[in-house]
Order: sequence, then C-alpha cells, then structure tokens
Amino acid sequence: MSNKVLEINNLLMQFGGLKAVNDVSLDVHKSEITALIGPNGAGKTTFFNCLTGVYTPTSGDINIIPPGKKPIRANGKKPNKVTELGLARTFQNIRLFQEMTVLENVMIGRHAVTKANIFNAIINGKSTREEEQKIIHDSYEILKKLDLHTFSNEFASNLPYGAQRLLEIARALATEPFLLLLDEPAAGMNPQETISLIGTIEKLKAEHDLSILLIEHDMHLVMNLSDRCYVMDYGKLIAKGTPNAIANNPVVIKAYLGEDF
Amino acid sequence: MMNRVEILKKSAINAVIGILLTFPITVIKVNTIDQEITWRWYMMGLVGAVVLIISFFWIRQQERQNSGSTFKFNESKLGLKYHSIMSKPGVTKSVLGSAVLLIVLIPFITTPYTTSIITSALIYIILGLGLNIVVGLGGLLNLGYAAFFGVGAYTYAILNMNFGVGFWLALPLGGIASALFGAIVGLPVLRLKGDYLAIVTLGFGEMTRIFTENSDKLTRGASGIANIPKPTFFGHAFGYFGSTRYIYLIAVALVIIIIFIVWRMENSRVGRSWVAMREDDIACESMGIDLTQSKMTLFIISSAIAGVAGVLFAAKNTFINPQSFTVWESIMILCIVVLGGKGSVRGVILGALILILLPEYLRAFQQYRMLIFGFLLIVMMVFRPGGIIQNVRKIYKIEGEPTNE
Ligand SMILES: Nc1ncnc2c1ncn2[C@@H]1O[C@H](COP(=O)(O)OP(=O)(O)OP(=O)(O)O)[C@@H](O)[C@H]1O
Ligand SMILES: [Mg+2]
Repeated sequence: MSNKVLEINNLLMQFGGLKAVNDVSLDVHKSEITALIGPNGAGKTTFFNCLTGVYTPTSGDINIIPPGKKPIRANGKKPNKVTELGLARTFQNIRLFQEMTVLENVMIGRHAVTKANIFNAIINGKSTREEEQKIIHDSYEILKKLDLHTFSNEFASNLPYGAQRLLEIARALATEPFLLLLDEPAAGMNPQETISLIGTIEKLKAEHDLSILLIEHDMHLVMNLSDRCYVMDYGKLIAKGTPNAIANNPVVIKAYLGEDF
Repeated sequence: MMNRVEILKKSAINAVIGILLTFPITVIKVNTIDQEITWRWYMMGLVGAVVLIISFFWIRQQERQNSGSTFKFNESKLGLKYHSIMSKPGVTKSVLGSAVLLIVLIPFITTPYTTSIITSALIYIILGLGLNIVVGLGGLLNLGYAAFFGVGAYTYAILNMNFGVGFWLALPLGGIASALFGAIVGLPVLRLKGDYLAIVTLGFGEMTRIFTENSDKLTRGASGIANIPKPTFFGHAFGYFGSTRYIYLIAVALVIIIIFIVWRMENSRVGRSWVAMREDDIACESMGIDLTQSKMTLFIISSAIAGVAGVLFAAKNTFINPQSFTVWESIMILCIVVLGGKGSVRGVILGALILILLPEYLRAFQQYRMLIFGFLLIVMMVFRPGGIIQNVRKIYKIEGEPTNE
C-alpha cells in the first residue's frame, strides 16, 4: 500500500510546437514536502497549471489520491473541481483579490467548504448568518496563524510584498486542502523573511497534516524543507532524489550553471 | 515624477500638435458663397491655450496618481469622515428614516411634472442597480442592457394587448421573461471575457432591437404599442394626478426592495465571490468558485431587475417603441454606473440622479447632452476612475479582538 497523494505519469503539455512539459512523471507522498526546481522557463509553473486545471494537459495522467479514498483522475477537471478535491495552490505572480480586504481574501478561500446560495443570502436566515459568522471567525484564525491578522481590514494591495505571499498561502489554506502547491513562495523575500517562511511552512504542515509540492529557486529553502526533489529543464525531468544528492548531481549543476562549469 | 517645467514642456508640445491638427478647421474658414478664405489667426492662440491648460492639468494629475502620493481616494478625508459618522449607531437608521419620509412626501408637495421626472430617475436607479451587479460587482461589461429592459417592457405591453394582463401580474412576469432571455443570451456569451464580452452584448442588444422593429405582428414594429394601462390599486384606476403619484410610490417601493436585495447579496458568500471574480478570475476559480455558474447567476439576476424596470417604464409612459431601447440607452445606464461609482449602491443612485435629472432641468442644453456626458466621463476616468462614490469594503469586527481602525 503506497502512501501517495498525487501520482503523475508521463505528463505532456504542448503549446503549438513547444513542449513546455515533456513526459514528466512525479509522485507526492503523504506528509512530505516535495520540491520541484529548475532554471527559468523549465516548465514548472506550466506543470502546476496542468495539475490545478488551469490548462488541460495534452496527454498523460494526473491522479489525485485523497487520504483514505480512491484515486481520482483529474485531467481536464476545472480548477474549482480540483480545489474541491483537496488541492490548493498559490501563484508565482501574486494573484490576490487586490481591492478586497485581507480578511475577505481568506473568506473567499472558505467558499469551497461552505454552502449558502443566493436565496439564502437574500432571506438571511439563522443558519446563513451563523455560517457567515463562522466564515469570518475561521478566516481570522487562519490569518492569525500566518501573523497577518493585524492587517485584516486592509486592502490586499496595500500589504508589503512578503505579506502578500503569506496571504496567498493563507487563502489557499482556507480551502482546507490535503495537498498544498506553492509556486515560488519565497520569491522577492529577503533572507530573514525566507527563514521565517521555512518555519511557517513546517508549522502549517504539522498542524494541518499537509502534503506539500513546492516550486522554488531558493536552494537554501529547498535544502531545509524538502524530503524529495525533482529537477526540470526544458520541459523534461532531468533528475530526482534527496536534496543532497540533487545538489551534487553533475547534470543538475550543468543545467543551472551552463556548459562551462 | 516630472517637475512643473517638464510637464509644461510636454503640454507645450501637445499644444503645438493640437494647433497643427485643428488648423484646417479652426484657422482657415472657407466661405463657399463668396469664394473667399478668411484666416482666423486668433483661433490658433485660443486652441493652443486650451490644449496647453488641459494637458498641463491632465499630465500633472496622472503623475500624481502614478506616484500615488497625493490622490488616494480610498483614504480621502471626506470619505473617512462620512464613514465614521455613518457608522455611529442609530445615525444610519435616522438618516434613512427621514430620507424615506421625504421621498414619500415628494409627489404631494411638487407638481406632477416633477414627480414624473423623478419617477424616470427612479426607473434608471433600478436599471443602474441591476447593471451594477454585473459591471460593478462581477466586472463583466454588458453593453446591451437596454435589451433586457426592453424585454420587460414588451412583456407587459404584449401580454396586456393580447390577454389583458394587468400591471401587477406583469411585474413578476416581465422580470421572469427578462431573466429567461438573460439565461439564453448568457449561455453562449459568458464564455467571453472583457472587450469581447462587451462587443457581443452590444451586438445582442442591437439584434433584439432590430428584431422588435421588424416583427410587426408581435410587437407592432417601429410604431410601437400604445394605450398600455397604468397600474391599478386593487382594481381601482386613478386619474392623471393620482396615477402619477401612485407610479412614483411604486417606483420608490421597488427601488427600496431592490437596494435591500442587492445589499443582502453583496454581503453574502455569493456576492463576495462575484467581487473576487472581478478582481481575478483565475485565482477565483482556484478558490473553488464555479465561474460559469457565478456568471450565469449574475447575468440572470441583473436581467430580471431590468425586466421589472421595463414593466414599470411601460406602465408609466403608456407607450413604448423600439427607440426607447437602443444602444444609447445601454450606454446611458452604463454611464450611471461608471459615473456614480462601480460596485457602490449609493454611487449608482447619485449617478442616476445626476444623469437623468440634470438634463431635464437644463433643457436649454438638450442638444449638448451627449457632448457633456462624454466630457464628464473622460474627466471622471482621468481624475476619479472609481466613480464619484468609491466602493468601500466592509470592515469586519472580530469578537474579542481589538480592531486596528
Ligand atoms: N499559455 C502558454 N502558451 C504558450 N507558451 C507558454 C504558455 N505558458 C507557458 N509557456 C511557455 O512554457 C515554458 C515554460 O514556462 P513556465 O512558466 O512553466 O516556466 P517556469 O519553470 O515556471 O519558469 P520560472 O522559473 O521563470 O517561473 C516557457 O517557455 C513559456 O514561455
Ligand atoms: Mg514559474
């Protein structure tokens, strides 16, 4: 019995003549942090977009395995359906709801796990009001975990850059995922912020029993956090293994630093 | 950040370009009868000066907005003051209460002419509120909104003409018919985004009008349908004065009901998801929100509101023809929303009052109406892109936690 939560076989994503993701197979194991690294343009974000339904892959299999349940083939499922299955993601190029407050951003994340429809909204009965209060309360608790609660009523666009990245994580967490996909969570953060981010990710992982797939350029973060590491270059998987093995792998060093080294 | 001299330089260049571009129509005046050419050199100075001044303020304004230093409307003092006063307990209620009282009294203290104009404004407030749901909250640009208005009006007119259906039955039926029409149009159209959606809705709007103009049997074509009855009060029909007042009061009631519904929707789980869709549709979908379903809901609700406004419009005017539902009407409603403030109920009300009442009272400037609107919109876009009353997000208070306000 394997303990995988995500199993991807021979994924291909083709844009015209460009194979942005070319025959990539990757597994994420339960309660582990798997890192996906690679030079710019390697196809990492495209890979995420295939998993989360933003793109429909050209071919290959994406199997999502919610803990204790049967695998579900997720190819071509719409992003909202993928989220309902228990995958949540952050975006490399921050995509917050800029003109909504920080709290509201997280409240949107609660959408997937709440029910009130438009008629409930107009009638605004007891259960609807209770649900709304619960959304506010739960969202605030999530903000607290990421130490963002003091910004609750600020517009998301007014947050400092590092805090915006954290808010992306908070919002994803609000959907109650078992698998969290983080696309370069440390991009644009200074070294202190990165160190504190490492602590935060570890804490969230433990508290929410998360499995994490993470794209990152910051090797320090990858070395510190990940249990397994995959390396992509020009759409292809060129290596996989433990972070230490990857760091000393000549093929990987060549891909990162060029032929001359 | 440019300094004044640089801005002045840029403006001077603009002025020269302006002079050159308008030279043939401003400076040269050809008198075809006498076959003479007059050179109005003074026009050159005039054009230059106007362009210089406008572009100076324009560029300066844009610079300020880009640097974000001085012109942050979200934090404007007046706005903050307004919100701090309104948020005091009891203030909102008493202000609303006296406002409603005053509004109800209007038809009894003014002339039927005034009452009738204000009723028109109220109908546009309803339309503005309806369009605001799609444009302001959902961020979907609908340029064919007048068609949904028309469907409501024609539903009443046709049902009455053929089956003698009265106003009160037609009111919900008009809403339903328009909602159905919205669903049918929405199904193909809502796959599109942004500009494409705007163009296609514009097309659908015009198609609907042209269909109405050409189906003589059903709609009596371009000549329209006359003698549409005014609403009755439990079977009792009013005279001229009475019915003007009565329709006014019905319009007020509908506006209040619709504001209430919009307000409830706005502050709900579903309403929030619409705003999220406006802000970023990809992120919104990744939060588990079904975009197709959200868009359809938005579109249908907003169509239904237009339909209700249409029935009211038909009853008020007792005569409708396709000319009341042209693309100009759609643009007018859009102006109300954009001018007043996208996403803000108060803004839409203000926008409707300004755009409908001002021209009525300034009849002397009737032929410049569109010109003034255009100018107003451009000025708004430059100086206050969020509308007169900016949409402010709700402040949530968390129990047992200090707020940082
Ligand atoms: N929608 C698209 N259409 C066409 N080409 C695309 C599309 N999306 C991505 N690509 C291409 O796919 C390749 C991989 O891009 P991707 O963004 O996945 O790289 P990445 O590994 O995330 O890089 P980075 O580290 O810079 O984020 C690039 O060459 C990119 O131009
Ligand atoms: Mg990327």
